[in-house]
This record gives sequence, C-alpha cells and structure tokens, in this order.
Amino acid sequence: MLEIKNLHVKLEDEDKQILKGVDLTVEAGKVHAIMGPNGSGKSTLSYVLSGRDGYEVTEGEATLDGEDILEMEPEERAAAGLFLAFQYPVEIPGVGNMTFLRTALNAQRKARGEDEISAGDFLKLVREKAKTLKIDADMLKRPVNVGFSGGEKKRNEILQMAMLEPSMCILDETDSGLDVDAMKLVSEGVNALRDEGRAFLVITHYQRLLDHIKPDVVHIMADGRIVKTGGPELALEVENNGYADILGEVA
Amino acid sequence: MALAQVKQNTTDARLDALTLPEGEAGWAAEARADALTRVRGMGLPGRRDEYWKFTNPESLTQPVAPRAAIFKYEDEAPAFDQIERLRIVFVDGVFDPAQSDDLAMDGVEITRLSDAMAKDIHWVRDLYGVLETRGQTPVARPLAALNTAFATDGIAIRATGKAAKPIHLIYLHEDETSDAILHHLVKVEEGAEVTVLESGPAAARFNKCMEVEVADTGRFHHVRTQGRDHERRAATHVFSRLGQESTYKSFTLTANGVMTRNEHVIEMTGDDAVAHVAGAAMGDGASGDFHHDDTVFITHDAQRCESRQVFKKVLRNGAEGVFQGKILVKPDAQKTDGYQISQALLLDEDSSFQGKPELEIYADDVQCSHGSTTGAIDDTALFYLRSRGVPESRATDLLVLAFLAEAIEEIEDERLQDDIRTRLENWLERRRQG
Ligand SMILES: Nc1ncnc2c1ncn2[C@@H]1O[C@H](COP(=O)(O)OP(=O)(O)OP(=O)(O)O)[C@@H](O)[C@H]1O
Ligand SMILES: [Mg+2]
Repeated sequence: MLEIKNLHVKLEDEDKQILKGVDLTVEAGKVHAIMGPNGSGKSTLSYVLSGRDGYEVTEGEATLDGEDILEMEPEERAAAGLFLAFQYPVEIPGVGNMTFLRTALNAQRKARGEDEISAGDFLKLVREKAKTLKIDADMLKRPVNVGFSGGEKKRNEILQMAMLEPSMCILDETDSGLDVDAMKLVSEGVNALRDEGRAFLVITHYQRLLDHIKPDVVHIMADGRIVKTGGPELALEVENNGYADILGEVA
Repeated sequence: MALAQVKQNTTDARLDALTLPEGEAGWAAEARADALTRVRGMGLPGRRDEYWKFTNPESLTQPVAPRAAIFKYEDEAPAFDQIERLRIVFVDGVFDPAQSDDLAMDGVEITRLSDAMAKDIHWVRDLYGVLETRGQTPVARPLAALNTAFATDGIAIRATGKAAKPIHLIYLHEDETSDAILHHLVKVEEGAEVTVLESGPAAARFNKCMEVEVADTGRFHHVRTQGRDHERRAATHVFSRLGQESTYKSFTLTANGVMTRNEHVIEMTGDDAVAHVAGAAMGDGASGDFHHDDTVFITHDAQRCESRQVFKKVLRNGAEGVFQGKILVKPDAQKTDGYQISQALLLDEDSSFQGKPELEIYADDVQCSHGSTTGAIDDTALFYLRSRGVPESRATDLLVLAFLAEAIEEIEDERLQDDIRTRLENWLERRRQG
C-alpha cells in the first residue's frame, strides 16, 4: 500500500538534512508502528508524506497504491486515501467542526467522482461516530479544536479519520495526552477501522497504545533512518530498556 | 498654484455642476443654503487633507461622475430576499414608486424626502442637516454638507413603535454615468424600534447621507450590502445621536467597488447607550481596482455607554483597505466602555492596508481598547484543511469566512446574519468557479 524508498528530506530554507534514507513498506491490512527518540524525524516523515510545505525531497520516492504521492497536492493525497492524525492538531477559530467535516468529506467524494453526502445522512453519520468516541454535540458545534483539551483534540482527529475512511492512516503520537479511558476509546476507534483494505502507521513512544492496537511490525527510527525492524516484541524491548541498546547494536 | 486655490477651484467646479432643489418649504431652503455655506467654508476634500491621507478623494469631488459599467448579477438572489420587508426602490438615485411597496406600515411613518421638504414636519425640520452639522466638528466632512445642500431624493422614516418589518432601501444602478445624491432621515422615538436595510450600488457615483436620531430606549438596526459593480464609487455618511439606554447597531458588507468611503459619526449623548458598528469588506484587484475606506468617529458624551467597532477586510491582488477609527471620550463620560478592532487579511503581498486607530480620552474612569492588525492566511490551518482533502481555494475561503465571522456576528438578527453569510459564501464560491 505505502512504499517509501530511500527517502531523503531536508528543510527547504535551511541546509539541514532530516530524513537520511528512509525505507519502509506498509502492506494493506497491516498495522506498522514507528518508535524512536525525540527528534529522529518521525513527524517529519508524516508531514512529508501528507504534503506539508517547508521540506524538500532530495532523493528517493514514496508511493501510495503504486502512485507517486510526493508530486501531489495535500488535498490530492487525502483524496487518494492518505490521512494523518496530527501530533499537534490545529485550532481553527471561526470554522465550525461540522462545517469542516462535511466540507472535507464532500471534497474527497467529489475528487473521487462520487456524489456529495446529503445533509441528513451526514448528520446521522457524524452523530453515530462521535458517540462511539464520546465526543458530545457541543464539541461538534465548536470551532475546529478551539478550546478542546489535549485529549479532546486527539479524539477529534480519530473522529475525522472515522468519517473520512482513509485507506492509509498515519497516527502521530495520538496517544500522547490521552487518559487511560480515552486511550481505550481511541484504540477502539482505530480497531473498528481495521480491515483488509486499510493500513496503519502508528507513531508512538509507548508500548501502552500498542497493547490496544496490536502492531504487526515495529520499526525503530533514529537520526532520519529506520534502523531496526521487528515484531511486537521490539516495542517491549524499547519499553523495558530504552533505545540505548538498540542504537548501540546498529551503530 | 497654492493649495488653498486648488481646493477652491475643485469646490467651485463641483458646485457649479449642481443646482439647489426648488419649490421646497422656507425652512428647507434655509437648511440647504446653510449647508452650501458650510461646503464653501470647508472646501471639498483634497489629497493633502489629513483626513484623506489614505484615500484619494478626487473621483468623489470631480464635477462629473466617472463612468461605471453595470454589474451583471446573473442568478444571484437579491439581498435580503428571504426576509419579509418593506421595499423602497431607487433607480440611479430616483425613487421609483412602481417598483416600491406601499409606504404605509404599522409602527412607522415613511415619507419621500421631497414631500417632507415641501412641508413643515417638525421632526424632519429638527433633523435635516442638524446631525450632519454637529458631525462637522472636530473634523470637517464636506461631502456630507454637499449632500445636505443638494440631495435630490431620499426617505424620511419615523418609528413611533416597533416597526412591523424591516425597511429595505434598494439602490439600482442602470445608467453608467449616473451621479446620485440621496439623503435619508431616521427618527426612532422613545421605546420604538426599526431596522433599515440597504443594498445595491445606487449609481456610478453615490453620495449618501443618513441622519439617525435615536431617542431614549429606542433601537435602531442597520444592515447594508454595497453593490458589487466594480467601477462604482460611493461616499457615504451616517450621523447618529443616541439617547439614554438606546441601541444603535450597524453592519456593512462590501465586495468590489473601485472607491468606497464609508463614514460613521456617532454621538452618545444619553447615559447607558450602546453603539456597535461593524464592517466586512472583500476586495480583489484582479477583477478591478478596489479601494475601501472605513472612517468612524464615536463621541462618548454620557456615562456608562458602550461602543464597539469591528472592521475586517480581506484583500488580494493589489486591493487597498483603509480604516480610520476614533473614540473620543469627553470629561463627563465616566464608565465608558469602548472597543475597537480593525483587521486586514492580506492574501498576497500586492495588497495593502492602512489602519489609524485613535483614542482621545478626557474622563478618568473608562475602559477603552483598540487594536489593528494586518496578517496573512494561517499556513498551518491551511495545511490542516488541505490534509483533510479540502482544496486550497476552498480552504482559503473557509479561513476568509472565519476571519470575517466576528464582524458578521455583530448583526443582531440571526436571519439577517444568515442572509449575509450565505451571500458571502455564494460570492466566494462563484469566484472559485471563475
Ligand atoms: N521546520 C523545521 N525547522 C527546524 N527544524 C526542524 C523543522 N522540522 C523539523 N525540524 C527538526 O528535525 C528533527 C526531526 O523532527 P521531528 O519533529 O520529525 O522529530 P520526531 O521524531 O517527530 O520527534 P518527537 O518524538 O519529539 O515528536 C528535529 O531535530 C527538529 O528540530
Ligand atoms: Mg513527532
């Protein structure tokens, strides 16, 4: 589904290389996790994949279902099925959460040549999904993420994912800031979306999320590269021993 | 040539092109003559006048109105279409009874200005040119005095109770060279309430003056959309005086227009009065030059009054925006609550905004704040929207609407708010679709 080959990325305005040859393949139906020390480039990878400005790809490629996504506009990548749950969801004063969701959903449908969803169907859908994530009507009415607590913002990301039903979901530290119950809700939300046609790339620092969302593959990223790949046991190793051993071993 | 001479020549040339209306009552002829004396005394505005530092008045003062092509509204619904209202139509500045509704309505008396000027109606006599004259100090507003002297038409509205429905002044523009001067009077009696709506370009060049006297506990609402004709020009003035516990709320939506100067002069003379003025303007230089100037002067001359100014402008492709706003708090106006914000969203580097917020406070126990900002679109928010599949142009428009929201929310009536919001959304959508 997602194939990243030898991806090198530097900052556009600075001579700073951040990704130094990332190789990563995520197959449909699978959950991959990425762990790695702060500043190793995990968020950068997620931003570059979703098309944020400010980065320059100097080498390598990334394809989604065989299509080169690096040349696409962010909205085209979204319509192609890519979704990023942000590490720091953005507040947008003045834009209602509902308007935002409906505009996004319809824009993607339109881009794929599908009909727009009716106002009634949309309401039904959003209420149903919001309920399972314990997002109340008041939060839906408020401007996007404005005044939301850290955990509410993360749940709102998952609500968007549930509404948009992307095929490739990247979750950047969705667990940070969540209390134990919210972590369960969010995990259930993710697990409910798991299916053969969909893949997940879960960036996290903690084993705890991976107790709920069981990964098939775990990668360790350090200094702009994937330095080790293994099974779920790799996450446990990080949890118990930190990165020192792993990094020492690959160095 | 000396500056004073230039001013004199400009003034003479303009005044020579105008004639005073005839056949009016003695008091009216006198009011006109006084106004003419005021204009001659002040001279018409020139580029060197401090008050016109950011806006070139030339096209507003030259003897002949520059030609303005008629805008094709195509399938756009007329403003306030969904709202039950009494419609009064002016075509190129001339009242058109055939297209207008019957002027009789519960709660208000409505008279065509020319009729009112021929009679001796006490409240008309006590208002015509009176607030305009008061508004000439401390800053001269010669175009308003010119209006008082030469206005050819207009409407006089007296609310004695709660008006049954809003009064909608519809300004049609059919002649590419029309030069319209309209003067309206609004008297809101004690405890009465009325809403005045205005829409349309009115003429190639439009000089409009409205005097609004709100008596104690009266309520006045004003919502207007200025016509979208790219080449139209407008200089408008609203002068209002507010009695005790009265309310005055005004909102203006502007898109397009090569030259717009909207002045608001508000005098709060009764304790506990409330005045809110707001404006949302959108200019796109790609479809024609755009210059929009909001100039506001609010005088607090009573205790515990609240005034609020909220002005937002979205400018692109070389569009120009200006805001001059002043709050003057007189020595006895204790417990004044004054707020003023003017913001411009510049969608590119070719556009410009000049803001001149001013506070002049002589009372010691007051709360006044003002702010003026110029900013670009929030890239992070834009990316967030796009990452969810919203195309860039649509995402930008969502942020534009969000930016303007604070001004639109100043409209008290939710149906009017919705009308304005829908109108804006539709404009943006049409624009996106080219
Ligand atoms: N726009 C930028 N300007 C300057 N430095 C940047 C920028 N974006 C990323 N970096 C740098 O690139 C490196 C990788 O950052 P990134 O956010 O991808 O790390 P991360 O692995 O997600 O870390 P964390 O676990 O703390 O979230 C860091 O050193 C960061 O400071
Ligand atoms: Mg990160």
